Amino acid sequence: MRQEEFEKRYQTLWNKFEQAINVLTRFKKKNIENTVLLQTFADDYRQICYCLALARERQYSPHLINQLESFAFQGHQLLYRKRLGVFNRVYQFILYGLPQAVREQAKFVWIASLLFYLPALAIFGFTLLFPELIYSLVDPDMVARIESMYDPALDKIGRERQADTDFMMFGYYIRNNIGIAFQSFAGGILATIGTQFFLIFNGTFFGGVSAHIINIGYQETFYSFVAGHSSYELTGIVLSGAAGLQIGWAVIAPGCFSRKQALINAGRRSMSLVYGAFFLLLIAAFVEAFWSSNTTFSVMTKYWVGIAGWLAILSYFFLAGRRSLSQYAAR
Amino acid sequence: MLDTTREVEVPEGITLSLPVAGAVSRALAFFIDVIIRWSAMAVIIQILAFFGNFGTGLYLLAIFLIEWFYPVLFEIFYHGQTIGKKVMDIMVVNDDGTPIDWSSSIVRNLLRFADFLPFLYLFGLISMLFSRDFKRLGDFAAGTLVVHKLTRLSPLAQNNLSGLAPKMTLTLEEQSAIIGFSERSERMSESRLNELAGHLRPWLNQSKLNQNESASMQLKRMAKWLRGHA
Repeated sequence: MRQEEFEKRYQTLWNKFEQAINVLTRFKKKNIENTVLLQTFADDYRQICYCLALARERQYSPHLINQLESFAFQGHQLLYRKRLGVFNRVYQFILYGLPQAVREQAKFVWIASLLFYLPALAIFGFTLLFPELIYSLVDPDMVARIESMYDPALDKIGRERQADTDFMMFGYYIRNNIGIAFQSFAGGILATIGTQFFLIFNGTFFGGVSAHIINIGYQETFYSFVAGHSSYELTGIVLSGAAGLQIGWAVIAPGCFSRKQALINAGRRSMSLVYGAFFLLLIAAFVEAFWSSNTTFSVMTKYWVGIAGWLAILSYFFLAGRRSLSQYAAR
Repeated sequence: MLDTTREVEVPEGITLSLPVAGAVSRALAFFIDVIIRWSAMAVIIQILAFFGNFGTGLYLLAIFLIEWFYPVLFEIFYHGQTIGKKVMDIMVVNDDGTPIDWSSSIVRNLLRFADFLPFLYLFGLISMLFSRDFKRLGDFAAGTLVVHKLTRLSPLAQNNLSGLAPKMTLTLEEQSAIIGFSERSERMSESRLNELAGHLRPWLNQSKLNQNESASMQLKRMAKWLRGHA
């Protein structure tokens, strides 16, 4: 068949398909005319693919082939769009997706925990023994700032704040802490080096500061402040680290896959942990801004809330989502 | 072929050839986005300055969202394009040509940080230069491609030439070369057309050429005949 005959025969189909694409991409109103037009979308798309295959086989002109290719591409994009049931998926993720993902990738979560808590504990011990060590770990200005924040002698402990200041700090914690978690995840793709750096660096800082606070005798103000959000924040940091280690490990040891495919698989798996880190750090920022800064409750209450937080996190990861998927579906 | 296209097979049994976008158009798109993001932040800080500490909190939240999620939200809700990509007419798709989904978009945009290291996207650029599909690290982990958008071509102008049969049977490849020449003729200068057509001068119908018909005109008429016009 000559090209012009071919064009003549299918022109109406092509025009109709182009109209359908326009309706679907340009937010046109829903009316009867458009609904009728879209009813045959899938069939028309298959016809377009057929035309493209024919046109290529018969080596029709490049312009025609490009034209059909663009139709086929746009049809493909529209037909294979994924449905986004976001809220339902978030609910399922929190109910059982996250704890299952953490257990499934327990290896990376444990390694990340070690990389974070071991340096923290070691530095904590050393700083208790040699108090001046803090000045070689943390910038002296920073040390002075931390000291002034938690000085119990201060009349207003720097934390007796108005509601609007609480909200400002909430914004600050979100931007700062979650940003660091994301960076520590992204650094993992450099053969885990970036993630290791972030975990060890933050562990060292955290261990050093906690010990220094004890050395100068400010523990009550400091620990009652951090107790409430510590469980969510530290676990969030560990989870983002575990996600980073996972993609880095895919680069180092891809196993039976090509490095490229291993990276894609690891990226997909690690996303659960990144979402988990995001979720936990969001809670941490909320608690830190609106609960930890509150001084109307006694120190003991704050410690109990902190312990309850840790128990909640641990039982969530160890116990939640143990039922099989079919049991969830049956409910 | 030397083309930078990526062939993707779809369930309907055809292949789509996606023209992969290179470093330059992607960098330009990125700079446009940077300008937009910075101006958005500047506007937001001006407005929220009236609300004291509460405003500062909102501002920090807004910065966090713009820093990390500006590309994600655009890629999901605006057909795989940020504003910069829209201007450059490029878009993000999954490796199999389907529209990008939430997790792929989040992976590729979080890993932007690693691509940026040690400064100004050096790692990303190295990764793009070493991969067949110009992928930066984030694209590898997310399984995504940045392609030039395939859009509808403007219809060809109809000409009133009469068809001209070639002297001998042509192979399919030769036929499509002649038709391709005719279709692209509007985008080339007159002298370039004659230069290209001149290579075929000895082969063309000499008696017609003597009647002051240029070689390119004769080829265009031949194309018309080949397309099926008597």
